[in-house]
Amino acid sequence: MIRLFVEGIGLRAPGLEGWAASAPILAGQAPYVGAPLNLPPSPLLPAAERRRAPQIVRLALATGAEALAAASRAPEDAATIFTSSGGDGETIHNILSTLATEQRELSPTRFHNSVHNAAAGYWSIATGATAPSTSLCAHDGSFAAGLLEAAAQATARPVVLIAYDVPYPAPLSGVRPISAVFGVALLLSPTQGPAALARLELAVQPEAAPTPAPPALEALRNAAPAAQSLPLLAALASGMAHTITLGYLPGMSLCLHISPVAA
Amino acid sequence: MTPLALSDFALITCLGAGRAATLAALRAGQSGLAPCRFDTLPVDAWTGEITACDDAPLTGEWAPFDCRNNRLAALALAQDGFMGVVEDAKTRYGTSRIGLFLGTSTSGILQAEQAYKRRNVQGLLPADFDYTRTHNTYSLAQFTRAYLGLHGPAFVISTACAATSKVFASAARFIAAGLCDAAIIGGADTLCATTLFGFHALGVMAQGPCRPFDAARSGISIGEAAGFALVERPGPQHGTGTTLLLGTGESADAYHMSSPHPDGEGARRAMRLALEDAALAPEQIDYINLHGTATLAGDAAEDRAIAGLFGNAVPCNSSKGFTGHTLGASGVVGAAISALALRHGFLPGSPHTNRVDPEFASNYLIAGGPARPGIIMSNAFGFGGVNCSLILGRAA
Repeated sequence: MIRLFVEGIGLRAPGLEGWAASAPILAGQAPYVGAPLNLPPSPLLPAAERRRAPQIVRLALATGAEALAAASRAPEDAATIFTSSGGDGETIHNILSTLATEQRELSPTRFHNSVHNAAAGYWSIATGATAPSTSLCAHDGSFAAGLLEAAAQATARPVVLIAYDVPYPAPLSGVRPISAVFGVALLLSPTQGPAALARLELAVQPEAAPTPAPPALEALRNAAPAAQSLPLLAALASGMAHTITLGYLPGMSLCLHISPVAA
Repeated sequence: MTPLALSDFALITCLGAGRAATLAALRAGQSGLAPCRFDTLPVDAWTGEITACDDAPLTGEWAPFDCRNNRLAALALAQDGFMGVVEDAKTRYGTSRIGLFLGTSTSGILQAEQAYKRRNVQGLLPADFDYTRTHNTYSLAQFTRAYLGLHGPAFVISTACAATSKVFASAARFIAAGLCDAAIIGGADTLCATTLFGFHALGVMAQGPCRPFDAARSGISIGEAAGFALVERPGPQHGTGTTLLLGTGESADAYHMSSPHPDGEGARRAMRLALEDAALAPEQIDYINLHGTATLAGDAAEDRAIAGLFGNAVPCNSSKGFTGHTLGASGVVGAAISALALRHGFLPGSPHTNRVDPEFASNYLIAGGPARPGIIMSNAFGFGGVNCSLILGRAA
């Protein structure tokens, strides 16, 4: 079992714009109203990069920045773990479409944007952070995989976990249906600092049925792999102790015990 | 870090299938690069192609995973008795206590490239295209986890060309945190139009074979490769000479998406962190297996990083002239070549490098030969400014 502390949360999803606005909805104290997500260009990025950064990068940057700010942590102080179930479908679609033509002339910018760690690259350029950064994927289990890697790293230093998915354009959407934009970030720390919101105890266990999200958000939980985080977010928003199960891989789940810390 | 045993490993590159063929080519200075046959490119590019992929489809229950990348993974797993190594580990640890941390950059995207050419009049993809089991980044670990019968924690790291170096660091962390007792690490990357035309678009594909650190270098030659290793805590079964993972160092450049920091700041930081992790001083490193992809900017930045940290005391070179730049697989290929050098007492040379750039200050080795390296550093750097250095050694 690994024990850590949640110091900051970032959230961007339809009807869930920022942690402060979303916590009452997640706690069942305010109604959930799904609305298209508005993602402005990231103020973190230099002008040239701001134009070139795809939507998925803006999503990752916005959630990560919110979690860091909530924890009053500097980007340099936190290692980053980016997890996504497949990365930037828009860029991949564009490359695949171009490669199916006679000319096959790719845009160099689009090519470097196609790497799975594009968001991590933009993050470090935007924040100036040279701390270690990893980018990973476990298909539908990507949030749990990222949380495990974050937990393993957060035994030694603060880390930001950033999980994000964006719907794929057609025809890829036909073989990989993701129906919602979803970005979530958690600042995790090995020790209980002044910003600590909750204690998190985490262990792997044999596969068990995942804890559902609150009823109004259950459809959203199944709309994007990163939204598998919703039961954890609901537990954090409740201000009470909870034990939940997160889906991960065939044969294996994550067991999380969440308990509030005194303010 | 507490050293881990790199108990066993298997690999396949254009030098050949398995450790013995790789070792023979390295000792003979025999490059595996050849003019590109895989695709028609607008430049005279060379590649490190593995034609065995063409004739090794995954069949039976594995057929849904069939794509060039998973084929190459299966070919690598079939080398060097590695399937037996995994079976032994499963017996000792149990299948849920063995982690699986693999790296790739493009996974099975070649399958999607071909599917896009077969879209129907409505623009839909063909029914036989299995996105999840071939193109998705996790496909490689989904296939390998099922193929090896593992039930432990798993994911794919996809940090461009540093992917299969960072899996060593993740495995070390998971074992230290008690999330698993041992890990299968490694990965695969295979030729596809995305990378061939992508690197061409960036203007960094070499005419002819790549020439790392050469004054006349003009860019990379892309190769394909797969490699796997078992890492675990050292035990009584590990004798003198066992390869050890002594340290890992990771950093981000915070500079540019596809160009390294010109002074190699991020690279130097990763190397320094690896030295700290291993509690070693720079002068204790006997040889550095460089990232050295033969781009103008990349080699210059790495040379500055090396010279800043090691002066010109430590012999170093790149193996890309042997294997090409195997992109997401380059980390595990570099580690495997380093492990062979430690086990068999030699330093590899640098085929196709004729005259080291006179501007460079590091101690670049063109000709290999017998040696007794005890501690080796291996570097991998990638797009997005991601850097990872590994340090391997030998059990006393």
